Amino acid sequence: MICQPALSGERELKLSVVVNEGPYTHQASDSAFQFTKAALEKGHEIYRVFFYHDGVNNGSRLTVPPQDERNIQQNWTELGQSHELDLVVCVAAAQRRGVLDESEAKRHGKDADNLAPGFRISGLGQLIDAGIASDRVIVFGD
Amino acid sequence: MSMEEPEITHPDVIKKFMYVNRRAPYGTVYALETLEVVLIGAAFDQDVSLAFLDDGVFQIVKGQDTTQIGMKNFSPTFRALGDYEVSKLYVEKESLEERGLAPDDLLEITYEDEDDDWAEKPSIRIVDRTELTKIMAAQDVILSF
Repeated sequence: MICQPALSGERELKLSVVVNEGPYTHQASDSAFQFTKAALEKGHEIYRVFFYHDGVNNGSRLTVPPQDERNIQQNWTELGQSHELDLVVCVAAAQRRGVLDESEAKRHGKDADNLAPGFRISGLGQLIDAGIASDRVIVFGD
Repeated sequence: MSMEEPEITHPDVIKKFMYVNRRAPYGTVYALETLEVVLIGAAFDQDVSLAFLDDGVFQIVKGQDTTQIGMKNFSPTFRALGDYEVSKLYVEKESLEERGLAPDDLLEITYEDEDDDWAEKPSIRIVDRTELTKIMAAQDVILSF
């Protein structure tokens, strides 16, 4: 984990990141991940990463990419855990696409859950809150 | 439309939020899910506006009929935005013209102006590309889906 302070003269910012596309089909999630990592290395704060639309699929722990490829979900989980990031998956978008945590699965009578470690499921209010609380919101989509 | 009760944080902060709609209403879910953000966001009492450009202008065309495609016609929800105190819908003039559309082809969306004895006023404002650029530059948060 590299944690350099922001370059002198640059203000450290509180940033939030929105990820609107799922893993692998679109590059948006990779770009968002690389941006988040770079921002942390520059000393900026990541207030929240919000996953919306197909972006919620980044939080499924059941993806099994080939071993010589990047594992996007694992990348997010590891970055999230090492920096205590708030990785939020939108509940409404996640329910449509079959991304459930244990309590959601129970609540809807499903026999399995698949939310990856380091992610949490919450409402769209978390996105608006991120907009209000952050200096900048950066949207990654297609 | 699913509605959750959001927890209101930072009650003293009012920012200018703009939701940018660039995609057709059907074919992808972006338009519908963007509208869900707008409705949830309305509970936060921010200074909200919507922009419609590119194929996004089709979202507010009147007379939509989705019965043959098995999708919910959510365009009536735009007419309810006034009740959520969302009263600024900027529509890009060039995007309309490029698609052979005129202002008359759009839904009649109005709001009641509390500063003017609750007079009913049109929410849709046709602006050209240069104006929209300026409006965007004045925003604090731009969410484009």
